[in-house]
Amino acid sequence: MAETRLDTYASDASRYDELLDDAGDVRPHWRPLIERLAGDGAESVRRGADLARRLITENGVTYNVYADPQGRDRPWVLDPLPLLLTAAEWREIELGVEQRARLLDALLADLYGPQQLLSAGLVPPELPFGHPNFLWPCHGISVPGNRWLHVHAVDMSRSADGTWWALADRTQTPSGPGYALENRHIVTRIFPELYDDLGVRPLGGFFVALRENLLRHAAEGESPLAVVLTPGSFNETYFEHAYLARQLGLPLVEGHDLTVRGDTLFLKTLGGLRRVHAVLRRLDDDFCDPVELRADSALGVPGLIGAVRAGKVAIANALGSGVLESAAWMGFMPAISERLLGEKLRLPSVATWWCGETPALEYVIENIERLVIKPTFPNQRFDAVFGRDLDATAKTALVDRLRARPHAYVAQERLAFSQAPVWRTSSPQGFAARAFGIRVYAIATPAGYRVMPGGLARIASDAAVDVVSMQRGGGSKDVWILAPDRRSIDESGAAAAATRAPARHDDLPSSLAESLFWLGRYGERCEAKARLLRATLGVRAHDSLWPHAADICRHFGAMSKSGEAEIQLFDESNPLGLRADLQRLGWCAAQARSRLSAENWRAVGVLQREFQEAAATVGDAREALDRMLLSLAALAGFALDDMTQDDGWRLMMLGRRLERLQFLAELLGLRLASGAAPNQGELEWLLDIGDSTITYRTRYLASPRLGATVDLLVFDQSNPRALAFQWQAIDHSLLRVAASLGGTPDDTLDPAVALVQEMEPVAIEGDSTRAERARQTLGERLGELAAAAGLLSDRLSLKHFSMIDAELRMVAA
Amino acid sequence: MSESRRYRVRHETVYSYGGNVAHSHQLLHLTPRDSPDQTCRSHAITLSPAPSERRDDVDPFGNVVTRLEYDRPHDRLEVVAAIDIEVRAPPAADPAGSQAWEAVRAELAYAGRVPQPDHLRACRFRMESAYVRVKQIFTDYAEDCFPPGRPVLAAAEDLMHKIHRDFAYAPGATTIKTSAAEAFDARRGVCQDFAHIMIACLRSRGMAARYVSGYLRTLPAGISDASLVGADASHAWVAVFCPPLGWVALDPTNDVRAGLDHITLAWGRDFGDVSPLRGVLVGGGRHRLSVRVSVQAE
Repeated sequence: MAETRLDTYASDASRYDELLDDAGDVRPHWRPLIERLAGDGAESVRRGADLARRLITENGVTYNVYADPQGRDRPWVLDPLPLLLTAAEWREIELGVEQRARLLDALLADLYGPQQLLSAGLVPPELPFGHPNFLWPCHGISVPGNRWLHVHAVDMSRSADGTWWALADRTQTPSGPGYALENRHIVTRIFPELYDDLGVRPLGGFFVALRENLLRHAAEGESPLAVVLTPGSFNETYFEHAYLARQLGLPLVEGHDLTVRGDTLFLKTLGGLRRVHAVLRRLDDDFCDPVELRADSALGVPGLIGAVRAGKVAIANALGSGVLESAAWMGFMPAISERLLGEKLRLPSVATWWCGETPALEYVIENIERLVIKPTFPNQRFDAVFGRDLDATAKTALVDRLRARPHAYVAQERLAFSQAPVWRTSSPQGFAARAFGIRVYAIATPAGYRVMPGGLARIASDAAVDVVSMQRGGGSKDVWILAPDRRSIDESGAAAAATRAPARHDDLPSSLAESLFWLGRYGERCEAKARLLRATLGVRAHDSLWPHAADICRHFGAMSKSGEAEIQLFDESNPLGLRADLQRLGWCAAQARSRLSAENWRAVGVLQREFQEAAATVGDAREALDRMLLSLAALAGFALDDMTQDDGWRLMMLGRRLERLQFLAELLGLRLASGAAPNQGELEWLLDIGDSTITYRTRYLASPRLGATVDLLVFDQSNPRALAFQWQAIDHSLLRVAASLGGTPDDTLDPAVALVQEMEPVAIEGDSTRAERARQTLGERLGELAAAAGLLSDRLSLKHFSMIDAELRMVAA
Repeated sequence: MSESRRYRVRHETVYSYGGNVAHSHQLLHLTPRDSPDQTCRSHAITLSPAPSERRDDVDPFGNVVTRLEYDRPHDRLEVVAAIDIEVRAPPAADPAGSQAWEAVRAELAYAGRVPQPDHLRACRFRMESAYVRVKQIFTDYAEDCFPPGRPVLAAAEDLMHKIHRDFAYAPGATTIKTSAAEAFDARRGVCQDFAHIMIACLRSRGMAARYVSGYLRTLPAGISDASLVGADASHAWVAVFCPPLGWVALDPTNDVRAGLDHITLAWGRDFGDVSPLRGVLVGGGRHRLSVRVSVQAE
């Protein structure tokens, strides 16, 4: 009965089948899952698959950059069915991976230290010395605790006889643990009961241990600080960098957020320089220090190797650890293990021949039909090829290549990956068999390496394909390790709550604070321009009003010098236009992504999409603006209700308030400075832009008059759109920020505000010369207030963000 | 006693920045290393302004490296290296006394046995490096210099003649960022490019070759010797591993073996390991660079 779900699942005699045994029966540890899914039919899995897709979109889980206007981002693909492994199966993997991490750590210590393996002839000098990630400037360095490898990942697969094999080691900046955790969150939401019933080992403890490992490098009496170093939001796995930083409760920083002074590494925070004790890096080896490594890298931290050399900072993983990322090491592992650990290698590597040795080269040429040929070094321009796929000409060319530079090539036996069930969403829906590999992670702890009880399963895009790669369009799976008994589940889950350590205000990187400030400003600026455009489009038929309103739009850049509002709305070339501001908003959001909730981030994405859709369809621009204003209102809501209210948030709100104040003060100032009294249509237009039409109507139950309108838009402290509301809020925020950084605000808007407050709204009403002069004076003073807001913004930048350096320059002579 | 000569070298580097440099890190290879061919009698690096941090160290290739940090604004940096050094003529190396190049290649390649220590050290200079990617064009170019059975030093000298013949010495045609492959395509360059091209050819044949940075003797005023290019500037040449003779230094820019006229500062895999002065600045705007070298024989 349970097997009825499986009629679309095809066994393959050449592969190990995770689900079915040789007799075609479901293996015991899969039965609860299969029976459960058979119970209410395919429906629950179908719903699960939909939910997974929706959560991935909503949480913005991407493999590439999201904010890219060309849409280079690719949503993460997650199959709803977990891969199940028994406690006994896992024990072997765990022991193998633990040993492997220990071994590679010792190998790094030797290569960057005494190089005794080279002297003993156990390792070819060609491997480290020819590898672009072998960093000579790091040779002779001693790292804290002699620990080189902090996070290790092994790509593994299972052959037809059920043996697990190591396919590759990721020793530089292993990607994926964050995706594994996110997969777990999603799949447990799909199958909460199943997860509980099966007794699955939780992942949380692994991340607690990772955080602790990073934070334990602080000196006695210092408050520890560790950071996650990312190359930036354009990196293909940036989602994960931000996600990991959030899960670990560590600041996400880029190279320019860090500085080396003397031999110590510091983070440039809102409160000044703070010493950094450990760096979890996602930046490649040779990009990390432009002084001693690649001179053309602007992503790194000048002098970082100096701080490492002085033993003042732990880098996870140590600089230069990428040297082990080559298939060529595989064949030497057993001997290295005997030598360095005195242990037999537990986890076998897939059969590998490094062609640098003549007998190996001859064997490879002889057997090329059944081998995969790969480059030895990651900087070679050569993609892996299957010998059997080559025609005679191509084969000869390849053999010539191998003979010309044998050390640059590696051959591996083809492994028929094992297969597991996935949910096929295309018709016919149901279970389908797919080859897969798993990536298993280990982290260093004071008590030795600890293996994540789970991992990232990567599935091939096609039934018959043995290549698993996210870039090639395969998907992923959660890996469930079944606990041997219920008691053992609690091992570490309780500690998981501690992962979300509160962010400290003095950890806030200046550049993140700056991004948040501008996120606030651009959010508000987009809203102001959208309102201005919408209100102006509404008065198009007004012959007396339209030319003047359009002029105002041009003044603010919402329309360019000539042309229609609709066209201007979508004009990509106008650097002051709404489109350009939306792009800047998206960019700031991407920079501040580690601080935004999934929903908040999603709202930014929705806004961009809406704009693109509006631009692509010919319709009423006012409708598009309506939709955009709704999304912008959602953003403002997230800003108020969805963020931790620390200094970063305060700066963002300051940005919003300053922008709102500056825009409205300038608008009103422009209108009043001429002295001419606005007519009723104009007052309605102004109230519309100031989002105060309804307030006015409920309060005055009459058509707008100038004095009352100005009172509502300028002086009314209870109107959240009024200038008075903004300047009060700004004052308050400035005090709070200054207090938390230990000081008093140097700058205020007070003088400019006082001059505006001297004015009486009733005095500007009427046709008298006196009223005209009062209008002019108020107009001028509002203009000055707008200018003062701009100046305050500049001074805030100078004060809080000035540590963000100008661009780095590399010189050489 | 072999012939020897005493030199005084003054190497002056001045950066004039367009604006204030707020913070900078510098890495200097300006102290000559001692070797059987030379003994440094005295050396000093004078810095203006004084750095906030200075450390002298020995790098993994045995060169003296000086690391500087400036944490106060400055708009000018002057580095003067003054060197007093004695250079000895290297022992005469007969090309016929070196092993056939294929034998050298086979001995340097890994074969699962314990390597000789000097061979293992030579292996550091046998593989690709950032400036010297080993391409088929280099293998092909060196083809006629490496007929079967030829002693490695004879092959290397022949290669040096060929490069000197085929490539134009053209200051300004390349920059300090130019790779061996780019200079090869351009068929022109300066001493750095000549050295990189020769190293690429040697490594493409499985030989070990290192990049040597240093100076060349300046002749007294009035005596011109047009054949020595690279005087009054820093210079670069190549050393090739020629067992059992050891390392032999060849200057492809001048088509000579390096000898009494060559003063060695440092060696590495390529220019990137031993550039006399490199740095990363915060701020500073556009800069002007002036370099002056004088080499006086006593």
